[in-house]
Amino acid sequence: MALNCKHVWDYISEYIDNSVDPEVRREIELHLEHCEICSAILDSTRNILYLTADARTFAIPVGFSQRLHDRLRKEMSGNPDPNLP
Amino acid sequence: MDEGKEVQSRAAATSDNPREASLIARIRNGEQELFHDLIRPYERQVFLAAFAILANEAEAEDAAQEAVIKAFRNLKSFRGESKFSTWLLSIALNEARSRLRKSKRFPSESLEEKLDSYEGDFTPAMLTDWREIPSETLERAELRATLQSAVDQLPPIYREVFTLRDLDELNVEDTASVLGVSTNVVKVRLHRARMMLQKRLAPALKDTFTPRRNWFGRAIWR
Repeated sequence: MALNCKHVWDYISEYIDNSVDPEVRREIELHLEHCEICSAILDSTRNILYLTADARTFAIPVGFSQRLHDRLRKEMSGNPDPNLP
Repeated sequence: MDEGKEVQSRAAATSDNPREASLIARIRNGEQELFHDLIRPYERQVFLAAFAILANEAEAEDAAQEAVIKAFRNLKSFRGESKFSTWLLSIALNEARSRLRKSKRFPSESLEEKLDSYEGDFTPAMLTDWREIPSETLERAELRATLQSAVDQLPPIYREVFTLRDLDELNVEDTASVLGVSTNVVKVRLHRARMMLQKRLAPALKDTFTPRRNWFGRAIWR
């Protein structure tokens, strides 16, 4: 079965996650060899995921961890046993 | 769940992370200060999960703190049937959703119901070539803002799945467990989220952040 571009787009996410069936994967790779549009879509999607996952893109607020543990310490000092209601 | 299966799944969840199981046991036996160590690996995930719902740093921080406090107070009810991380993230999402409802920033009707049947345009942006944007470019605040804004603009059910899978790096099964949906729903929503991001971001990034070559073959950024 030869895949057309629309079929390939349907599988892009699973292809990136390496969770498509081996047979479908082969078909996609065959298509990508000669389709510059689908190759560019795949490359751009991968690149975008890589950039968004970088810790600099969604950084936690400065001092977040300190404030969180301070609050937790305060909670603990008011409730010495976590198993008590 | 029958008792045999429950014992099996509890064993499976705790054997995934024996250090964590041991920490939880010690906290329950009175060493409550170890709760700091238990949650430390998940601070970023908890914040991002809350941020996915609230889209506001200060509110997400408050919700994340409250979720951690609730997890501490209710650790006795954590029975180890799921991973501690998925249990903690479920609390964070519930806390953030509850705050969003109270803030009345959105109508009370279910956004999920509306969007699950949403037949939006999930076709990607057409390009004929893509020159990779290297991660060093993230030093530019403008690029970070472009990426953040595109994620913020995803409809909530897609933003949640995208955050858990691609930012918090949970696997499909754990994402499904946190959200209380099937793995198939996770895969469909994730695919749509990624395609929406590609459609929005690829043309914008290509125009603004693709390096040009000067006469000496060096990359120059516009």
